[in-house]
Amino acid sequence: MVELNPFVIMFAAVFTNNILLTNYLGMCPFLSVSREVKASWGLGFAVILVMTATTTLNWLVYTYILVPTGLDHFWYIIFIIVIAAFVQLTEIIIEKTSPVLYVNLGIFLPLITVNCAILGASLFMIIRGYGLWQSTAFGFGAGVGWAMAIVAMAGIRQKIARSNVPPALAGPGIALIIAGFMALAFVGFSGMIQVQ
Amino acid sequence: MAKSRTQKIFWTAFWEDNPIFRQVLGICSTLAVTNLIVNTVVMDLGLIFVLVMSNVTVSLLRNLTPRRIRMMVQVLIIAAYVIIVDLVLKAYLPDISKALGAYVGLIITNCIIMGRAEAFASANKVYPSLIDGLASGLGYSVLLLAIAVPREILGFGTILRGTPWAVQLLPESTTKWVIMVMAPGAFFMLALAIWIARGWAGGAGEKDKGTG
Repeated sequence: MVELNPFVIMFAAVFTNNILLTNYLGMCPFLSVSREVKASWGLGFAVILVMTATTTLNWLVYTYILVPTGLDHFWYIIFIIVIAAFVQLTEIIIEKTSPVLYVNLGIFLPLITVNCAILGASLFMIIRGYGLWQSTAFGFGAGVGWAMAIVAMAGIRQKIARSNVPPALAGPGIALIIAGFMALAFVGFSGMIQVQ
Repeated sequence: MAKSRTQKIFWTAFWEDNPIFRQVLGICSTLAVTNLIVNTVVMDLGLIFVLVMSNVTVSLLRNLTPRRIRMMVQVLIIAAYVIIVDLVLKAYLPDISKALGAYVGLIITNCIIMGRAEAFASANKVYPSLIDGLASGLGYSVLLLAIAVPREILGFGTILRGTPWAVQLLPESTTKWVIMVMAPGAFFMLALAIWIARGWAGGAGEKDKGTG
């Protein structure tokens, strides 16, 4: 495998391999929170922060602790614990240091532990064999891509709220169709770089 | 009497609160693995196993688990069963294990499993929890297959591709709907499935339960 420049990986994670629209990760909060643009920004920032930090931490834990000790098939459990611990820690630190940030970001942090995109990003980076900087770049890019998608989706849904959607399709149904069109648009990016 | 209660739990979990089209939970993996029927079936079996076993375990431990840390305990129980599924797949079905990739691990964060553990198993006895897990898993599997079958037929023109029983359904010369195998096709098919199922089952409209 060619050593990829971390910036290329970051760019690819935002556009060509958008974690939400091509890998379908983090759909649950995507559908339930994307009603308002403001809430989407909050959740988006929280995801960027947690994803960048947890991919880096998980890479370090995997490479320096799990592999040397031969415990690498316990990676799912360890990654989940690292993510949960990091989220809890961040929540405590933000609560103590910045009440304003806590009001805006705090309520989204607990939601993040069960966001499959966070665990997914960590699993992908190991499966694809990234190095440390590549992992950090990938985590950051994937977070930005996710945040971008949810904010765009919230904008569209606010407009759609006033239109006449068939009752059985209202809510998640129409959101999925919009997501489908967004995914189509993102397929257009895929000619630029191919990173696996 | 006991039988009708079992049936009621089964029906509620299987259809009335169907994980996918009612609660719209756990759709990450729904979308990712449904481009081939064989991947879908393997994913379904893995999910049913994890769902039933974790429901039973959570239910067994429900009086011993301190309430404050019960989420963490549930995640660890689920993760333990997912590791079992992952190792079994790697050993016996290496090709499919590779195709499913990270999505086997992502069963852990599949909101259905957490949802059932939290909403049902943590407050009910072992046997009803087992039935509930089984029914939710089956309800999930049925919808997943309903999405996977058209995607594979339109996208590849085959049924059961990648198994010894593969059938070429559409002639080779048919134009394949490449979009069906790609991401947008999955979103459209799921929206369509939700639309049909909700329209058919009645009581349409918003019913919000999903958070994680």
